[in-house]
Amino acid sequence: MSEDEREPPYLYPDYVGTRLRAPARPLVHLPEGFHDFPAPLFPRTIAELDHDLTRQHSGEPIGERIIVAGRVLDSDGRPVRNTMLEVWQANAAGRYLDQDDQHPAPLDPNFTGAGRCLTDDDGRYRFITIKPGAYPWKNHHNAWRPAHIHFSLLGSEFRSRLVTQMYFPGDPLMPRDPILQSIPDQAGRDRLVSQFDPETTVPEWALAYRWDIVLRGRAATPFEDEP
Amino acid sequence: MSGPLTPSQTVGPFFGVGLPFEQIASPGSAGVIRIEGQVLDGNGQPVPDALLEIWQIGSGFGRSRTDAEGAFSFVVVKPAPTPAPDGRMQAPHWNVTVFARGLLRHLVTRMYFPDETAANATDAVLNLVEPARRETLIAKSCGGVLHFDVRLQGERETVFFAI
Repeated sequence: MSEDEREPPYLYPDYVGTRLRAPARPLVHLPEGFHDFPAPLFPRTIAELDHDLTRQHSGEPIGERIIVAGRVLDSDGRPVRNTMLEVWQANAAGRYLDQDDQHPAPLDPNFTGAGRCLTDDDGRYRFITIKPGAYPWKNHHNAWRPAHIHFSLLGSEFRSRLVTQMYFPGDPLMPRDPILQSIPDQAGRDRLVSQFDPETTVPEWALAYRWDIVLRGRAATPFEDEP
Repeated sequence: MSGPLTPSQTVGPFFGVGLPFEQIASPGSAGVIRIEGQVLDGNGQPVPDALLEIWQIGSGFGRSRTDAEGAFSFVVVKPAPTPAPDGRMQAPHWNVTVFARGLLRHLVTRMYFPDETAANATDAVLNLVEPARRETLIAKSCGGVLHFDVRLQGERETVFFAI
């Protein structure tokens, strides 16, 4: 299976939003090398507490405090160092701090729901947050998004760019979610599901979930991918 | 051995808090150009929840989200020409990446400049695109502003490139 076949298609009619937004014409393939240039350097500094979504206000947010941590690797297994991760999420009640979010669940004055951090020399990242709630959306009758955290990564190469969502193990909404189910194979869907991590869990304080991310690296070498 | 890549998911409608707007040139600096455009869906309707990123080596990185009319804008300089993999120079262009609710993966396109007729005529990437669709990649000059629309689907659909 090529990497392209592991990605969700642009048109996935069960996710109604794709129907008028998916390009109808095939993507144009450029010869090798045209997309081999570095990722943008993000023109933003990171403050000390940007990785801790529970300490951005005067009080603590309501909800289950969690640690989300893992590594960012390229497809050759090398750590992606010093790269920016940006995350955003709903609060514990399933509500985003966004004027277009009309879900009748409470906002939390102590929770913005956005954070960022840089990976270290081993590609490691770590966020502290609260577990987001599920929320309804209008895709179909009785549609609910499973709890998820949005991730955005620039990586080291232009082709590394990734925006995706991290899910939580055992969530019964996942099999019914057309956004997650748009990924063609179960192994691909499983790569978006974090794992409970007892080693990183801090006793008397917070459960931890581990989630590793693999980005496209420089210049794909398709012949070496074959077993 | 290569690890399997982490699949993409949509940016969703509520990315505003997580991916804040970034400007890349201050409006007062020399040689700046304003780029304005709209993101449109397959019915020609505005896409009010899209995010565009532009990037060119040596010329900077910017983000702009669309408003209720699907409109975005950037204040930028014209990027310097960059070499193609064979060493020949490409026409000046911005790499443009598009995210939106309803896009399960991002889209990549290019914005070229209307006053670079000679360079555009010999640009390797423009020449790969069927002639009738090339105009979707070249901004239009209107009253001191460059106009560049992104049509996700349908008539005059923007050319998008595989990554």
